[in-house]
Amino acid sequence: MMLRLLTLLLALGGLTMAPVPGQAEPLRIEIDQGVIEPLPFAVPDFVAETPAAAEVARNISRVIAADLAGTGLFREVPKEAFISTITSFDSPVQYADWKAVNAQALVTGAVSKDANGRLNIKFRLFDVFSEAALGDGLQFGGSEASWRRFAHKVADQVYSRITGEGGYFDSRVVFVAQTGPKNDRKKRLAIMDYDGANIQYLTDNSSIVLAPRFSPTGDRVLYTSYESGFPRIYQLDVANVGRRALDEQPGTMTFAPRFAPNGNTVVFSLSQGGNTDLYTLDLASGNRQRLTSAPSIETAPSYAPDGQRMVFESDRSGTQQLYIMSAGGGEPQRISFGKGRYGTPVWSPRGDLIAFTKQYQGRFHIGVMRTDGSEERLLTASFLDEGPTWSPNGRVIMFTRETAGAAGTSALYSVDISGRNLRKVGIEGAGSDPAWSPLLP
Amino acid sequence: MKTLTKCLLAVAALSVAACTNPDRFGPGGGAGTGAGGGGGYEAGSASDPRSPAYFQQTVGDRVLFAVDQSTINEGALATLNGQAQWLLDNTEYSAIIEGHADEQGTGAYNLALGARRANAVQEFLVSRGVSPARLRTVSYGKERPLEICSDESCYAKNRRAVTVVTAGLSS
Repeated sequence: MMLRLLTLLLALGGLTMAPVPGQAEPLRIEIDQGVIEPLPFAVPDFVAETPAAAEVARNISRVIAADLAGTGLFREVPKEAFISTITSFDSPVQYADWKAVNAQALVTGAVSKDANGRLNIKFRLFDVFSEAALGDGLQFGGSEASWRRFAHKVADQVYSRITGEGGYFDSRVVFVAQTGPKNDRKKRLAIMDYDGANIQYLTDNSSIVLAPRFSPTGDRVLYTSYESGFPRIYQLDVANVGRRALDEQPGTMTFAPRFAPNGNTVVFSLSQGGNTDLYTLDLASGNRQRLTSAPSIETAPSYAPDGQRMVFESDRSGTQQLYIMSAGGGEPQRISFGKGRYGTPVWSPRGDLIAFTKQYQGRFHIGVMRTDGSEERLLTASFLDEGPTWSPNGRVIMFTRETAGAAGTSALYSVDISGRNLRKVGIEGAGSDPAWSPLLP
Repeated sequence: MKTLTKCLLAVAALSVAACTNPDRFGPGGGAGTGAGGGGGYEAGSASDPRSPAYFQQTVGDRVLFAVDQSTINEGALATLNGQAQWLLDNTEYSAIIEGHADEQGTGAYNLALGARRANAVQEFLVSRGVSPARLRTVSYGKERPLEICSDESCYAKNRRAVTVVTAGLSS
């Protein structure tokens, strides 16, 4: 079967890829099914079409394999088992050799590097047992510094073609990097690839910073900082790290900011006279609007993807519970009715679920429920799990796990919404308050 | 003896935090049981009744709260009456009241809870005649625990509101 190789253009360092036409494939993982036997795949080292590309070709293959295996949905067939070697991108695939090692999916690719150090990457995905390519081959390129992104793009394509879901590997996470003991903790904002690579610090550690959140396009971050001596919400531009305070009313504290899907409205909590309510701020006009007026605590708001409603936590019933109301305010509907306290709700990017933190009998859990509060499922349990954030495809949740005691430290973890595949995100040092970006453009 | 050692350790740990922490985080110290020296004293020292150190150590700069509560309990009344009287006697000082929570709670909620606690103390001091213009509040939520073990003996000390006095009017 002849493959069409789509050549794509790179505009100003940004990466563009053409959509892959959907087709009914026999090679398929249905993520929603119960227990999944991970699908075996092989990623032979990508062929270096120029000698200078040998190392990066190998590295790209490793990152693709790590992305896929890290989902828990796939299992890598070790290289030592391979019978075939791929020496040329265009030579026919020896399906029998890959069947013999039980690789159901095969990812092949090639990398070349031109005189200016630009990489060109091509890849194909094969369904070994059907002896057919799965989707079109793809080709793209860009600066060598972005090689990890190219690997994540390929892995997203493979994941997406096999699961039918959108990918999430080519994304970033903003979080709070921490050093020092519990009673003298230094915090600074940091941003990293979803897998913990390429950490970059956005603030110094001179002030407490809390709970960063990405804008819908990932270009800006909202967070809370004590740099004035009082908690206030700030907006930071990721590209140039410029920041500005958003709301500076004396005698108030502001925190828990989050963008509306329009990227212009910010919802946040404001405390005044001991009472905490929800407000919105229009970034363009600076107009502030009060959404709730209750003597209870209203905080941790998160918009539905359509921007029409929001979920938040309130102790108006006497304990912390979850409520949904119209984006403009109005009467909230309580949605959490289980035993315990519920906080930090986050609406999923698919719109179907709310992730939350639950405290019950001295333990903390990350859980999900439908937007009407039904079908609650707890995904984790520990001394202190807190603050879920959704992967761009709504399939994985990242959160903070803190350990107990004087030597307690916090780390970032991820878990599938099925409750499977709990793993620690590999970063140097301690971290908390993760917020996942949308899929990068 | 054991208690004293523990207290000294806590003070030592806290003073390190206060020295290296650029946030507006008040100096700590033992809770209101320091020795008020009779007779002569060095001005500004803890035995000078007009000094912030005296306020902190002898009057008592902090009160504690029950789990998830912000009501002033009876045990705190003496300390807060003392704070109010000291502020009425030393009008050149203003105060920032810090509200804190223990680690058993989610971040944003604990910030709001700390705000309630700080406000409860502020309202009490105002009710005793301290001008609200001299008082400000800030919440640290669970960001600045004093004690770092993960059981109730530490949590009880972390659920606090601390009145930090500084010379000059609050802005």
